[in-house]
Amino acid sequence: MSPTDWTIAEAGRALAAREVSAVELTAAHNAAIAALNPRLNAFITVTPEQAIAQAEAADQAIAGGAAGPLTGIPIAIKDLFCTAGVRTTAASRILEPFVPPYESTVTGQLLAAGAVFLGKANLDEFAMGSSNITSGFGPVESPWRRGGSDAKLVPGGSSGGSAAAVAARMAMGATGTDTGGSIRQPAAFCGLAGMKPTYGRCSRFGVIAFASSLDQPGPLARTVEDCAILLGAMAGFDARDSTSADRPVPDFRAAVGRGIKGLRIGVPAEYFVAGMNEEIGALWQAGISWARDAGAEIVEIALPHTKYGLPVYYIVAPAEASSNLARYDGVRYGARVEGEDLIDMYERTRAAGFGAEVKRRIMIGTYVLSAGYYDAYYLRAQKIRALILRDFTKAFAKVDAILTPTAPSAAFGIGEKMDDPVTMYLNDVFTVPASLAGVPAMSIPAGLSAEGLPLGLQIIGRHFDEETVFAVGRALERAAGFNAKPAVMAGGNA
Amino acid sequence: MSLDAAAVRRIAKLAHIRLEEPEVETLRNELNAILGYVEQLAEVDVEGVAPLSGGALVAPRARDDVVTDGEIAEAILANAPAREGQFFAVPKVVE
Amino acid sequence: MSYTLEGATGAWEVVVGLEVHAQVISQSKLFSGASATYGGAPNAHVSFIDAGFPGMLPVINQECIAQAVRTGLGLAARINLTSRFDRKNYFYADLPNGYQISQFAHPIVGAGVVEIELADGTIKEIGITRLHLEQDAGKSMHDQHPAQSVIDLNRAGVALMEIVSEPDIRSPEEAGAYVRKLRQILRYLGTCDGNMEEGSMRADVNVSVRRHGEDFRTRCEIKNVNSVRFVMHAVEAEAKRQIEVWEAGGMVSQETRLYDPARGETRSMRSKEDAHDYRYFPEPDLLPLVLDEAFVAGLKAALPELPDDKRRRFTAQYGIPFYDAGVLVAEQAMADFYETVAKGRDARLAANWITGDFFAAMNRISGASIENPPVSAAALGALLDLITDKTINGRIAKDVFEAMLETGKSPAAIVEERGLRQVTDTGAIETAVAAVLAGNPDKVAEYKAGKDKLFGFFVGQTMKAMGGKGNPALVNEAVKARLG
Repeated sequence: MSPTDWTIAEAGRALAAREVSAVELTAAHNAAIAALNPRLNAFITVTPEQAIAQAEAADQAIAGGAAGPLTGIPIAIKDLFCTAGVRTTAASRILEPFVPPYESTVTGQLLAAGAVFLGKANLDEFAMGSSNITSGFGPVESPWRRGGSDAKLVPGGSSGGSAAAVAARMAMGATGTDTGGSIRQPAAFCGLAGMKPTYGRCSRFGVIAFASSLDQPGPLARTVEDCAILLGAMAGFDARDSTSADRPVPDFRAAVGRGIKGLRIGVPAEYFVAGMNEEIGALWQAGISWARDAGAEIVEIALPHTKYGLPVYYIVAPAEASSNLARYDGVRYGARVEGEDLIDMYERTRAAGFGAEVKRRIMIGTYVLSAGYYDAYYLRAQKIRALILRDFTKAFAKVDAILTPTAPSAAFGIGEKMDDPVTMYLNDVFTVPASLAGVPAMSIPAGLSAEGLPLGLQIIGRHFDEETVFAVGRALERAAGFNAKPAVMAGGNA
Repeated sequence: MSLDAAAVRRIAKLAHIRLEEPEVETLRNELNAILGYVEQLAEVDVEGVAPLSGGALVAPRARDDVVTDGEIAEAILANAPAREGQFFAVPKVVE
Repeated sequence: MSYTLEGATGAWEVVVGLEVHAQVISQSKLFSGASATYGGAPNAHVSFIDAGFPGMLPVINQECIAQAVRTGLGLAARINLTSRFDRKNYFYADLPNGYQISQFAHPIVGAGVVEIELADGTIKEIGITRLHLEQDAGKSMHDQHPAQSVIDLNRAGVALMEIVSEPDIRSPEEAGAYVRKLRQILRYLGTCDGNMEEGSMRADVNVSVRRHGEDFRTRCEIKNVNSVRFVMHAVEAEAKRQIEVWEAGGMVSQETRLYDPARGETRSMRSKEDAHDYRYFPEPDLLPLVLDEAFVAGLKAALPELPDDKRRRFTAQYGIPFYDAGVLVAEQAMADFYETVAKGRDARLAANWITGDFFAAMNRISGASIENPPVSAAALGALLDLITDKTINGRIAKDVFEAMLETGKSPAAIVEERGLRQVTDTGAIETAVAAVLAGNPDKVAEYKAGKDKLFGFFVGQTMKAMGGKGNPALVNEAVKARLG
């Protein structure tokens, strides 16, 4: 087995046993990126020399006995995390020339833990999308193919570059951010595990904002345990983020193997909704059986406001985005298009710098906050958001975790679902409610569609109870025994 | 509620995004589709519900009043598309 | 008699409300750790947060919260234990985020009141609507380059308190008195230095006019007026303009205007003409601001004595006139100076000396101020002691005071050096009186014929003959005795 095929846990053991050096491991991933990235476009910026330098430092740490579980592990960083001295674009042309002089808290913690950064992963522009089609640096191609077809598929989004890189073995894990499903949905599409932690668990400092009240960094990896290892380094209190939770970081990795005997797992009837295909329904039923077989008690629960999650999300997120993206004005950083006067310069800069989806969302957000419409749209959406949180609070009085599908379908083709924005938005129907409530949720790879594409199951937990989510995730991952590999991957799909 | 072309232009003006004329109609259709989709929220009874504006379940905090930042003018200006000495530069504003 | 302006068609009443932006005294900015100090090299006191860089987040400064609460308490206002920050969205070159973090729907301080005193001694209450915390913007400069405006973000993010008054103000004088009083209170509280030249305090002035008894008419807002005098001028100029518009059959339209001190008129601000739609919404990067009662009570207990209270106390405790007390409490430092001088001494004498010779000297000598007084409180007190123990008389004390200003020496040393100790030797005084009377037989005759006021002449001549050093009471007695 090629080292690029190892999990983070396996690589950690191999590094500790000196079976491989961090430099060798990194070089193998650099080579995979060089071979596959021109095709998949999973990275916007690659930093192979810097990665090797970091790997050399990791080898020294290992030699000095100062290694942790991430020391020398090569990962991809979603290009929404500011990285000091390395261009950070948010996949937007408006930030094409931007080199932050500062490091995000999450990436800073990963560096401190010894991780090696291979480069900056592609994403939907400003994380707005579910397909990675909206990137200003070109779409990402999924490494997966439908059986017998060579049609190019989307990796999901917005953390599509992160997902494609990890699935294609160009990185062992990746950071993502999740606003309405941007970690979980691409994880499901690419056959990965992906965790959106509780809002406030990981610092947002240095993460380019899409929708501040929803954005949350989290890991994508090939196993639940790898996600737990990554999250252990990413999470933690940060005084620089007023919404960061001042709580100790639990030993997530230890929680992974806890087992789920005696846990009560809720199944919400409302998720059997429109748009769900039979395969997804069958997978969900399989997941329920696996949970029961592992000793959990299945409890029917009600999340009555589920169906309003998506429309609430498509008011709240664009409203916040319209304000968060006002700073891209061509004055202090980023691209500028000169104009006749200040206003003309702003308008030309923003017209040229933002792509169509970003403009749409800024426009919708601007409209729902504008005088005369605020109460009908934004305020009402916030009230329904409170009802959605109330649904979860009630449910978690009865159950320890909730099991649902991650997405209503498997990955679709590049060019499909592009007819109108709402069709695309429906991808997030199952992931958005947990985002609105701020509760942790993860997707685990659970099976393949009839066409041979990965499908995911979602586990939702109580606020700050990622440990239970990891435990349930691991139990289902074990039962599912997912071991399919994408058509395009480093070392070839043997 | 359905947007007309004038409303689309007004929103673009507020958002400071230049629209070319052909874009107006496309955007009008797309925005109306989104607004049509979110219209279903009108059916929810929100009487007496307090709005939830953020996802954070954390205690409020404040910083001590000490100077810990700044004095990095060069780094602040390093990414500027245009500068005039130690200032940012923009097209002349007439007040 | 209330203030009105005469138009061609009759009298008009002026209605004014003020929004005063007061810069909070703090070391660092409202949401970042950059220095809040005035000045500095361009873009020096700027963090990535202040400059609105991607991924930057605000964290509130505890001291700015305390300063807003202190100010609210000083304005006898309600303190809202829960308040919230909102984003006010608009584009401007010196507004880095494209929004200002402010408090729109739920300010930290609610209704309060300020008492102002007018020239005729009338006291009037001006209602305070609210006080909220917000960030300042940077500074755009338009005259440094022919084709470009340049931006300095040193001010961006500095904490401001916006203090909004009710439209209770009815004249330029009241507007001026209100701003002065507000400034005085803030300076006492130590929450704003009130330095209008440096922009630490500036006012947006809302002006409308109406006929007596009418409802409010349309108002205009005059932005960023930066002195008390200009506030007063702007109110008058704008009121007159509006009267002309109404009387010509026109409509005053609600708009933002600028006051041009050189021309003494207001003009429309073209750059602000865009109909603003600020799209306020709760700032998602900050949690609601929640204060506990104990925190507020602690700040309240530690508040300094405010000018109105101090003035009443001075009047009662020191027996000085209410007017003089008002002058002495104008500044905290002035009041402290007075109390140091008055302590253990004749408090009225102290008040007279400070409001008289001392103020005159302070105004005359360049660079002198109450913080840098022309003579110290201890030295002035020593001078008063010499008067009280009759070492010198009041007349000579003025000379000694001048000598103190010139030489910086102690009053006792000056009295000794120059032999100014007053004469209490009755023999010497009687000799002097006798000489004066002998030298003015005609005046003595006139006095005896009933011209009583010549008494003062004899006293004055005697003092003059004694080089001013005679004890005035003894001289009086001696003159009286001689003239029988």
